[in-house]
Amino acid sequence: MSKFKKKKGSQTPEISTASLPDIVFMLLFFFMVATVMRDNDLLLQNALPKADQVTKLEKKDRVMFIYAGKPHERYQSRFGSGDKIQLNDRLSEVSDIRNFVLAERASRNPELEKVLTTALKVDKDTKMGIIGDVKQELRKIEQYKVNYTTQKGSVLE
Amino acid sequence: MAKRSAPEVNAGSMADIAFLLLIFFLVTTTIETDQGINRKLPPIEDVTDPPEIKMKNIFTVLVNKNDQLLVEDNVMELSELREAAIAFLDNGGDGSCTYCKGEKDPASSDNPDKAIISLQNDAETSYKAYISVQNELVAAYYFLRDRECKAKYGKTFRELEAMFEDPKTTEGVRLRIEPLIKDIQTMFPQKLSEAEPKK
Repeated sequence: MSKFKKKKGSQTPEISTASLPDIVFMLLFFFMVATVMRDNDLLLQNALPKADQVTKLEKKDRVMFIYAGKPHERYQSRFGSGDKIQLNDRLSEVSDIRNFVLAERASRNPELEKVLTTALKVDKDTKMGIIGDVKQELRKIEQYKVNYTTQKGSVLE
Repeated sequence: MAKRSAPEVNAGSMADIAFLLLIFFLVTTTIETDQGINRKLPPIEDVTDPPEIKMKNIFTVLVNKNDQLLVEDNVMELSELREAAIAFLDNGGDGSCTYCKGEKDPASSDNPDKAIISLQNDAETSYKAYISVQNELVAAYYFLRDRECKAKYGKTFRELEAMFEDPKTTEGVRLRIEPLIKDIQTMFPQKLSEAEPKK
């Protein structure tokens, strides 16, 4: 009788958890590698247009970003649905670009000032009116190097 | 012996599997880098006496508020723009351009140095259309530069540029390819003028 009982007890052996740390570490490493750090929260819709004649923007310390587009749906009640621009983490006016660029220049290495590029991350449905204003503002403060950030893909679709 | 206890699974190799996966992901994932079309804005200057440019040396591209194209007063599809721009730049109407392979049409541009592409968009034009047009025009320049560079130096202009930008390239090589890039750039200078949008 006792022999029979013993057998019943050992029917479900415990699963070894020795490899659990490995799995967890693996996941950790994977996410560490694959995540791109985002400096600022986007308040705008930002579906980039497609282009195939592109150059890569390698060095992050030589780039500053200007975002433009319609506010994100959940912010539209607050900011309206017109085209807006975003500098750092808040919505701004075109006239704020001047101070933004000056601050960015001051925060960088002085040697890099000449090669500083403005990356324009603009939603594809934005109207050109506001982009023209932004470009005009950049010209006024002699920030001539721009990069129209795009996705890689064909323009003919 | 109706039921037998399940034998324990050997978990010793689990770590190896985990590391294999880890290494696989390490190798295959690339951290996303931004990419886009590089352009240089023109400085603001008051030109009191603008240089005279013959109409035939200007290739006008208009984009209206419905994202339709008007190229040299003809309606055009985006897919035809690149060809048209290449034909215009490569025309070599006055015969001074020895490397041009165009039709030498006297009614089109004189030589690549004089040829100017003028792009004008409406304030209501969508950014997508603007980028598409920019992309096609830049592609036209690259096509011609690549062609000449390949014929002269055996490498495409893009390859030379990539080599020049690559931080791994040694200073000596960089000094050597810089004049080559400059040379090709003077053969087909990028004269892409953008009019300020009409209000």
